[in-house]
This record gives sequence, structure tokens and C-alpha cells, in this order.
Amino acid sequence: MKKVLALTMALALVAASFAGCGKSASTATTAAAETTAAAGETAAEGVGTVKIGMSGPLTGRASAYGLAVRAGMEVAVEEINAKGGLQIEFKAEDDEADGEKAVSAYNALKDWGMQVMAGQVTTGSALAVAPESVADNMFNLTPSASAEALALTGDNIFQMCFTDPNQGASAAELVSTKYAGAKVGVIYDSSDDYSTGLYNGFKTKAAELGVEVVATTSFTADSKADLSTQVTQCQNAGADLVFLPIYYTEASQILTYASRISYAPKFFGCDGMDGILTVEGFDTSLAEGLVLMTPFDANASDEATQSFVTKFKAKMDGLVPNQFAADGYDVIYAIYDALTAANITGDESASEICDALKAQFATMSVDGLTGSGMHWDENGMISKAPAAVVVENGVYVPMA
Amino acid sequence: MKKLNRNQVKNASTYILVTAAFLILQVLSTQGKLNSTTKGFLVPACAYIVLAVSLNLLVGICGELSLGHAGFMGIGAFTGIVVTSLLAEAVPNGVLRLVMGMIAGGVLAGVVGFLIGIPVLRLRGDYLAIVTLAFGEIMKNVFGNLYLGVDETGLHATLKTEGLTLAEGGKMIISGPRGATGITKLSTFAIGFVLILFTLFVVQNLINSREGRAIKAVRDNRIAAESVGINVTAFRMKAFVVSAFLAGMAGALYAMNYGSITASKFNFNTSINILVFVVLGGMGNILGSIISATVLYILPEAMRGLQDYRMILYAVVLILVMLFTWSPKMKDIISVVTDKVRGVFRKNEKEAAFHE
Repeated sequence: MKKVLALTMALALVAASFAGCGKSASTATTAAAETTAAAGETAAEGVGTVKIGMSGPLTGRASAYGLAVRAGMEVAVEEINAKGGLQIEFKAEDDEADGEKAVSAYNALKDWGMQVMAGQVTTGSALAVAPESVADNMFNLTPSASAEALALTGDNIFQMCFTDPNQGASAAELVSTKYAGAKVGVIYDSSDDYSTGLYNGFKTKAAELGVEVVATTSFTADSKADLSTQVTQCQNAGADLVFLPIYYTEASQILTYASRISYAPKFFGCDGMDGILTVEGFDTSLAEGLVLMTPFDANASDEATQSFVTKFKAKMDGLVPNQFAADGYDVIYAIYDALTAANITGDESASEICDALKAQFATMSVDGLTGSGMHWDENGMISKAPAAVVVENGVYVPMA
Repeated sequence: MKKLNRNQVKNASTYILVTAAFLILQVLSTQGKLNSTTKGFLVPACAYIVLAVSLNLLVGICGELSLGHAGFMGIGAFTGIVVTSLLAEAVPNGVLRLVMGMIAGGVLAGVVGFLIGIPVLRLRGDYLAIVTLAFGEIMKNVFGNLYLGVDETGLHATLKTEGLTLAEGGKMIISGPRGATGITKLSTFAIGFVLILFTLFVVQNLINSREGRAIKAVRDNRIAAESVGINVTAFRMKAFVVSAFLAGMAGALYAMNYGSITASKFNFNTSINILVFVVLGGMGNILGSIISATVLYILPEAMRGLQDYRMILYAVVLILVMLFTWSPKMKDIISVVTDKVRGVFRKNEKEAAFHE
């Protein structure tokens, strides 16, 4: 009898947890229903629907990035479908930032009838799927997978973000012009491709420009619980600028520890740093004066950004969008612009659409939230102006 | 007619079941009845089956707990990638190249298994579990920092973060945290099936041989086994090396199915996943390992429609399977059913004999 009771209680618990998550699920279904309803109306007018799929980490350790990209994309899809004309049916699959799962997600999306892929969020997943999408000639524009090797895999793969070595090199240029004569310390994640790529790009350019690097320290995904040694090493080496080509969660630990030992160098981050002001339990006053390179600023006063921020906040319970979300939004618009420019109606096969989009992306230029006049080179890498911001009074201010 | 004993029937039924599953899927695949999702499952499922069966040899038959099976898988994977890309020009036949890669991966994994086994298998208690756990983590970190490339002057490798500078026309095979990229996809379902048959052949013959009985004797009572003159360390070593060898082959098969592989795939979670396949399939039950590896591998993917809830449900399924297959009541019910089935067969036999 006790066992039966235990089992019932366990089931009740599971049911309760379902109910807890129920809200987001119901909104997802209504959104899907709206999309299909809209698609049905317009089909009568003779304008088709294109199915766009995306995969990213929606659960697990890296889910913050995947969820941000998905929500950013959903905002764009809703705007486009409200406009009338060509409709978009959008579906996101979870890949847990794992190559094996990403290939499964890609296959699941193909079975769903995906015609255009709006990328994988993380680099590892994107690299695993890349050969599959090349074999299928499936157009693939990734919002945030930044490895250089990715775009080189095939002519159907395009990137919305900078490649890592490029961004590292721009960071070195900024350091050498804005902080001439600074003694630079570096803390990076040697188990992460993104971080290592940025560091290598930075190091090469820094050596070229004569930037003095006094300390280089690293950590791995397994040893990031305590980063005090790395900070102390930079302090002992007398670094007055610390370059952090890492993600914001680890960076927040570093800033917290540095303030505890009264070490106050200039901290300099890259686009992975975007989001540091939203870390739970982090004293944002510690981020004052932090410089980071991000193509997107949620406080920018232009109308496009403000309308995006409002819609994104409504969707994500008041969360301020970061550059991942903005990249996702731009990806959908770039694909939509190319689709309409190529007069795609949605009846074409994935491969036909891919050929049409490749031709469009070779020549077109896009204005979006993450830059204006963005265009792509023959490899599929983006070219846009790098931008840096400084944190002042808890908000980003464009760097003078 | 010579009567088959129970073990032989069990072994034969495993082969028949696996072959039947292969033939059905192969026919469906050639007729284009399988969707992309199912096609994508075939090769990794084969790799996980081989991993589960090989770990079952160690955990179920030999009674040693290994928590670093993914480490052996990783050795096989990266060795297989290096061997196949080096032989790209010398051996144009993809199948042959993959087989060579798998053998190389298996042999290297076996050699590494032998080397760790020398000190560890002499110990008593849970030391093997602790050391294999550490071993898996070490392997993951080594591969995560390994840069390996080839140019006209030969093969170059380093563990330094600066990476490698190769001569003009050189090609990176493994590049640190990014792992191996640009892998030529060589694995096919047919090769995966052959590897499963090979694994079954090796493991089932080993279990039912003199060696296998000695290994089981060591598991059941070490002192009694030693007292009848069984060399405990040597037999445990045999099981350990064979298990590592097969895991290495499966790793090569797995890696050659993807365009890129990162070292972080071969982490503690993967080891535990394989162990879960073995435990839920039943310790020492080879057919059980095959079925549970297949079902548990496909389950989270099949539940994609449930979105974020699928991992909760996956855990619930694991718990329910554990409760039901291991509860004494369920065991009683199962044995009642199997006895009845057996009884029917016996009755038929008797009747047949009577009519003769």
C-alpha cells in the first residue's frame, strides 16, 4: 500500500511540474496556431509559406543563448507574418549544444519540411550539421556560430556574427589605439573553441601592433568554479588592462573576485560578455567602466531597436534582449529580404531556394539591429563595422 | 537430433533478432520508407549497442564497475579519424579505410586499457571505478588540448595552446577544443551491423568458454576462484582489454558518422549513459543491453514533440523501468508467464513424441 501511495505522489509531483511549465507551452501553441491561421488566410490570396527551422540549446547549460535566439527569431517571424505577403512557418528544435543531438534536430526539422535553416546557435553543433546541410544543399544562416572553419565548409553556409579571429583582431586594434601603452593580461577558456579562437586572433594582432601582454592565464570548463588564481596572476604581473574573451557568467565571477582583492584594472570583453548586467546575484556596479565589443545595444534610441526590445520583453517576461537575440532577429529578416527579392513563393524545394538565396546573399546588403550595410563575402562571412560600448551607470554607452 | 542447450538457444536468438531488425530496416531504407530522423539514428544506435554490450562484459560478467567507458570510445574515435584521414589517398575504398580506422582505434584503446589495467586490476574493492572515472576525464582533457595536423614533412602534434603552424598545404586533423572537423562521413548502417555481429561473436563466445567461466567465477567469489588456481588478475585483464577494444571500435564507427567531433562528447555523462543502458538491460544480459541501448537512445529523440518535457519524461521512464524490472513481484509475474510458455512448448513436444 505504501508503494502505491509513493507512486501516486511521484506522479502528482510530475503532474505539478508540468503544470508549472504549462504557461510557456500554451503560449507556444497559440503562437503556432496563429501562424498557421495566418498562413491559411494568405494561401487563399495566392502567396505561399516558407518553413524556416532552427536548432539551439533550449535546455541545459547553454540554454540562455538558445532561448534568446529563439525568442528573437519569433519576434521577427510574428512581425513578418503580420505584414501579410510571404508567410513564415517557424520551428525551433533543441540540440543541447551537442553535435550528435544537433544532427538529430536537423533530421527532425527536415522531416517537418524545413526549406531554410536559420542556423545552429552554438559552434560545435553548427560544425556537426554543416556537412549534412552541404550535402542537402540546405541554405544555412547561423546567428551566432562564429568559428572560421564553419563558413568555409560550404557555399550554402553564412554567418550573421563575426568570426572569432576577426573579432579578436579588432579587439587588439581597439586596445592598441584607445589604451596605448597598457600592460595587458588575458584570461580565457582553453576548453572552449570560441574563447580560444578569440584569444589567438587577439594574440597575433597584438604582437603585430606591439601591445604588451604581461600575463596569459586560462581555465577549462571543469575548473571554472574558482577563477581567483587567474585574477591574482594578472594582478601580480601588473596588468592594468585585462582582456576577457569569455562568456559573461565566468566574467561576472572574475569581476567579483577582482573587487574583493581591490584589483581594479580596465576590463575588456567581447560579444560573449553581453548579458553581464543580467546575471542573477551579480552586483552590476562592479561592471562600471567595463568595455565590451557588441554589435547590439538594447538602450539604443532608434525606433527599430526600441520596438524589438519591447516585443522581446513581452515575450520573455521582461528579460532585456542581448546580442544573441538581436542576431536571431536579423537572421530571419535577412532570409526574408532575400526570399522576397528572389520572388520565392514557398512551393520550391529546399535546394532551389538555397540556390536563389545564395545568389541574393552574394550581392545584397542588409540593415539590421546589429549593424547597417551588412554584406557577406564569397565565403559566407559577414562584414559589418565592429562596435564597442562602455558600461556607465548600469547601461551601455557607445565608446567614444 | 542433438538438443541445443539453453545458452545456445539464447545466443542464437540474439543473432536472429539483430539480423532480422537489420534486414527490416535495410529493406525499408532502400524503399525510401524511412524518414530522415530514423535514418539518422541507425549508425549511432549501432555504436551505442556495441558500447553497451562491451561494457556489459565488464560490469555484468566480470563484476567490475567502469565509469570511463567514454574514454575508450574517445580514443577509438580520434584514432579512427586520424587513421582514415591519413589513409585518404593510399586507400581510396571508404569501407576498407573505415575498417582499418576501427581496428586501429580498437587496438589503441585495448593497449591503453591494458596499461591502466596493470596496476589497477591488482587492487580490490572499487578502485577500478575510481581510476576509470579519472581516466575518462584525463582522456577528455588530453583530446581537448590536442592539436594534430599533417603536412608534407609528416605528422605534427602538440598540446600547447598556440596550436600548430603547418607548412603550406598542410591540414589540421584535430584542433584543440574545436575537436576534429571536416571528417569524411564513412560509417554506414551495414558496417555498424557487421560490428554488432562481431561484438556478439566475441563476447558470447568469450562468456561461454573456459575463460568466461573463470571470469564469472572471479566475479562470484574471488577467494574460491583463487583457491582452485584461477589467476584472478589475468582473467579480469582479459575482460577489461576486450571491453576496451570493442569500445574503441564503436568510438571510431560513431565518430566517422559526423562531420565534426569534439572531445567534450566523451565526458562523464556519456560513460554514465552507457552504464544506464547496461543496468536497465540487465547485468550480464547481452540481449537486454542491445534492446535497452536502442530504446533508451531513441526515446529522448522520439519524444521531441513534447519539447522541454522530454527530459523529465525520460527520467520518469528510467525510474519506472527500474522499479518494474527489479521488483520481486514483477519478477514473479514474469517467471510465471515464462514457465507457462515453456510448459506449452514441453506439452507440444510430449504430444509430438506421443504421436510418433
